[in-house]
Amino acid sequence: MIPATFSYARPTTIDEAIALLTKHGSGAKVLAGGHSLLPAMKLRLAQPEVLIDIGRIAGLNTIAERDGRVVIGTMATHAEIESSALVARACPLLGQVAARIGDAQVRNRGTIGGSLVHADPGADFPAAILALDAELRLASPRGSRSVKAAAFFEAMMQTVVQPDELLFEITVPKTATSAAYVKSEQKASGFAICGVAAIVDAQAKTVAVGVTGVASKPYRATAVEAALRGRALTPDAVAAAAALAANGVEPLGDIHASPEYRAHLAAVNTKRAILKAVAQG
Amino acid sequence: MTQTIRVRINGTAREHAVEPRLLLVHYLREVCGLTGTHIGCETSICGACTVLVDGKAVKSCTMLAVQADGSDVTTIEGLARNGSLHPVQEGFWECHGLQCGYCTPGMIMAGVEILQRHARPTREQIAEGLKGNLCRCTGYVHIIDAIERAAGARRAERGVGGDLKW
Amino acid sequence: MVNPTKHVGQPMKRVEDPRLIKGIATYVDDLRLPGMLHAAFLRSPHAHARIRRIETGAAKAMPGVVGVFTGADVNDQCGVVPCAAAIPDLKAPKHTVLAGERAYFAGHPVAVVVAQNAYVARDAADAIDVDYEPLPVVTDPERAIAGGSPLTHPELGTNVAYVHSVSSGDIDEAFRGADRVVRQRMVHQRLTPMPIEPRGCVASYHPGDQTLTLWSSTQVPHLVRTLLPGMISVPENKLRVVAPEVGGGFGAKLNVYAEEALCAHLAMRLGAPVKWIESRRENAAATIHGRDQIGEYEVAVTRDGRVLGIKARSVADLGSYLQLLTPAIPTLTGLVLTGCYKIPAITMEIVGVYTNKMATDAYRGAGRPEATYLIERLMNLIADDLKLDPIEIRLKNFPQPDEFPFHTATDLQYDSGNYQAALKEAQRLADWPALVRQRDDARAAGRLFGIGVSTYVEICGMGPSKAMPAGGWEWGCVRIEISGKVTVITGVSPHGQGEETSFAQIVADRLGVPIGDVVVLHGDTNIAHYGRDTYGSRGLVVGGPAIVMCIDKIIAKASALAAHLLSVSVDDVEFRDGRFVEKKKPDNSVDWARLAGEAYIAKNLPPAFEPGLEASSFYEPENFTYPFGTHIVAVEVDRETGDVKIVKYVAVDDCGVQINPLLVEGQVQGGIAHSIGQALFERTVYDENGQLLTGEFMDYPLARAHDIPDYVMGSTVTPSPGNPLGAKGVGEAGTIGATPAIANAVMDALGPLGIRHLELPLTPERIWRAIGQHAGVAAG
Repeated sequence: MIPATFSYARPTTIDEAIALLTKHGSGAKVLAGGHSLLPAMKLRLAQPEVLIDIGRIAGLNTIAERDGRVVIGTMATHAEIESSALVARACPLLGQVAARIGDAQVRNRGTIGGSLVHADPGADFPAAILALDAELRLASPRGSRSVKAAAFFEAMMQTVVQPDELLFEITVPKTATSAAYVKSEQKASGFAICGVAAIVDAQAKTVAVGVTGVASKPYRATAVEAALRGRALTPDAVAAAAALAANGVEPLGDIHASPEYRAHLAAVNTKRAILKAVAQG
Repeated sequence: MTQTIRVRINGTAREHAVEPRLLLVHYLREVCGLTGTHIGCETSICGACTVLVDGKAVKSCTMLAVQADGSDVTTIEGLARNGSLHPVQEGFWECHGLQCGYCTPGMIMAGVEILQRHARPTREQIAEGLKGNLCRCTGYVHIIDAIERAAGARRAERGVGGDLKW
Repeated sequence: MVNPTKHVGQPMKRVEDPRLIKGIATYVDDLRLPGMLHAAFLRSPHAHARIRRIETGAAKAMPGVVGVFTGADVNDQCGVVPCAAAIPDLKAPKHTVLAGERAYFAGHPVAVVVAQNAYVARDAADAIDVDYEPLPVVTDPERAIAGGSPLTHPELGTNVAYVHSVSSGDIDEAFRGADRVVRQRMVHQRLTPMPIEPRGCVASYHPGDQTLTLWSSTQVPHLVRTLLPGMISVPENKLRVVAPEVGGGFGAKLNVYAEEALCAHLAMRLGAPVKWIESRRENAAATIHGRDQIGEYEVAVTRDGRVLGIKARSVADLGSYLQLLTPAIPTLTGLVLTGCYKIPAITMEIVGVYTNKMATDAYRGAGRPEATYLIERLMNLIADDLKLDPIEIRLKNFPQPDEFPFHTATDLQYDSGNYQAALKEAQRLADWPALVRQRDDARAAGRLFGIGVSTYVEICGMGPSKAMPAGGWEWGCVRIEISGKVTVITGVSPHGQGEETSFAQIVADRLGVPIGDVVVLHGDTNIAHYGRDTYGSRGLVVGGPAIVMCIDKIIAKASALAAHLLSVSVDDVEFRDGRFVEKKKPDNSVDWARLAGEAYIAKNLPPAFEPGLEASSFYEPENFTYPFGTHIVAVEVDRETGDVKIVKYVAVDDCGVQINPLLVEGQVQGGIAHSIGQALFERTVYDENGQLLTGEFMDYPLARAHDIPDYVMGSTVTPSPGNPLGAKGVGEAGTIGATPAIANAVMDALGPLGIRHLELPLTPERIWRAIGQHAGVAAG
């Protein structure tokens, strides 16, 4: 369990990182916390020629408030997000999700940017950033662009991030406390076989539901959201709507959970997440 | 092609030229000769390789040595001070928190971090804090006892208004 | 008189621990020898394939590579991997150290690279190019014995390795006289032992004295020393095997493996020490698996719940070849299938089958967890079918305490027992009436709440030599050094069980010396010359009495010397609290330090007195020991997700006399953790192509801290009458008693839905599906 050889670069600015990405193209991989990439490299499933370690670029792990939104640097670790007072106040869902990732050691090293770009179908953060309508900010030689969370994930382990692009920050709107994350875990790895993040806006009478672990890419449970728009969130109404949580998706199946069970958990966890969010006021 | 790194390990400054692919755990074990940190899975699940990097518990099998450049690393060998055991080490001994001992260094390092986060951890908090550490011998109860005991011991040593000894 | 309870019976902390908690212990991967080379294996990605060609040129050319070896290079010099189980008419493949013309399981070693460091060795192994021709694969043991199955070993002409039959009593009469026959098919899933330290070894050859030293992460250094000379050309008395600190075994290291022989061979061949450390992936794929039996079971019962007989037919998946005890393990299941019940008649047929998977062998409990699970599930099914209370039906079939030694239908002689007492104590600790009320209230409220009971007996203290493949005795040596310090050497090879402490407790009490003066050595065949090592809950039970025998010999010898030094006759000398005292004049006495000094300086000895104060002994157990107990578990099942939560766990274990209750508790709790895994989530999965899908901790879940409930632990003490310490052994109890208790609890929770039986592991999805299929009943 030893990675193949590679050459290593440690830029100190985003521009420098972009220049290295541009130079090395698809032979390069960005190393953030390394908790997705390094295991793949040790199994020799990934064998990049060049590893670009963005761990020393100043400011990339900032968690701050800007223009009414919460801005999270790509290198913010799960632990930093979990323990951030700002996140707890302004966007508690992210902290809740961060706390459910892996284990304490993994959360100390794993980063939100690394997790999102790796796009493992069982990763936790995607459920939250979808429900939150996050914006993901990418830098490239062409400047920077913003991508809505809903447009970020393309397929299993695949995002819109181009080989010469770097995800450098994620911004989310400030949200109320009425949010919850309910997760069924793959017992061995700790990844989600179904994780549902729900945000309830009592005034606007809307819910937002992000689902991870169920399909090859995370998704918004739009049928559930539509069914509950403008409705009172009674347990019966929520249960009926939650039954639509896997509508139109093709659930994954593996030794840990069949497609049918994943679809079922999507409904159960959606119901539970919405009701929990309601209960949190 | 090597890269020079400077790491402070258990209070001692070290400088080595290493291959970029060298894992931190192999750096500690093979280059620095600190074999107390163990390897149990290599996929960042079992936690036998847990060390503190800049005070935070990390799995050293899932970190490159070059990523630790400039860091302060504490391994199990650096935990006892002036010949006396750390309270978590004491707890493991007193409570029979180990059998074969292989997961133990990682368990102890994880335990140290749990006590950094929670001065008075509940048993649930301890269990949650050990989620990243597998033990196949003990069934965990005595390990939780050990960390719970260490929390009490540490509070006792601290005294009122005193400095944290560890 | 000695004070027998100063240390024995006390929950003492371990003398092993300081080196372990400081991180300064030496496991095999911590060894560094001058000039040491590193081995890495290339393993077959196919479950069955013809090896057409192996291209090693690119690997050999890599800088730092010392050698690349294939089967053609080494197999004729290394002999086949040994199997010690004596089964009549056993058909066995010749399992060479590297694959020959075929690879027959995914993970089968095909080539080995030796290089200057482990990184280069891995790179070079990946640079070997093998041309495989995939062959048909069989992974399902039932399919393997059906017509037209692919053959794991075409040269054997069949996938059946053996058919083993157990038969006792008049089974036809039992079934004729039955009011009811209860039938159930049950699957005992394959498991992976997964010690946290994988296997590994370092071999070093000294060309001068022509000795080979093998450090190996093994439970059985002595068995390795006995068997390795049959594989490589080293005589037994030129071979030293050392088990350094060993990071868990659970049966996975109760074996002689190809890698050990090969590293030893390569160290001799290359003239340099060779180290190999297994990766977790290799450990999952190519270290033995456990369990894996499928069976059909029929029980003849009377309407009031008396069991008259059992008919069983099981198919045991042996995997693709035989490791040390592979074929013997399923036969142990037959031996204890009657559990702790008086069952007059039994027949069991066990078919051992080859499939394209890793070999199965002894995993913690080894055959006995299977038997206990079967009989304990069957007892509950009988209770269900007859509408009887599961406790009542157990009590009805237990032998009475005065019936011990109790002779079973399978010809075992249970040494001692009081199964009623353990059951009663468990019920007391569980607050049984309140627990039943809790279940009834929960059910009334529509919740799925269940209580499960398991009463078990196991075979431990392995074992009388007549019943073991190669000697079941144990050896020990005790030496009072010239300084008066005490050195104890044992032939068992503890790797976490704590005998450095428990043996010191026994010795300190019996010799009357400070426990700090006792050192216990083990695990090195140059120090512990003889031994049969650690497995089958035998360390304390068989190893301990050997030490006691030595102590008795030394005290007798020292008494003669003391009498001489005190100028009295031996009859006038009494040994008490570490001193030999003149009975009538207690101030006339000598201590061990004086005696030892005289014994070794040897200038003032009685006539014909042999200098020194040392004794060694072989202890031959007259019988196995039979620990027993009762586990009671309460669970609640989440009706929507199928998740199981253990809400109460009571364990009452009777392992006879306890030397160190703290260590006993640790053994039981550790065993239960394995059982929680087996009952609820652990399983080794191969796909139909023979690919291992649980080859990492990412896919094979072990119990973690948050899976463990609060235990209520209790014990009863029924000494083993045949054991000099009264001890019975406790290493496997938790693994044996807990699985059926948890399964029975889950099935009790699901019973109201009309669900009769589900296979292990009781995963949320399995339970959810069953609930869905019984939705009609659930609604009613």
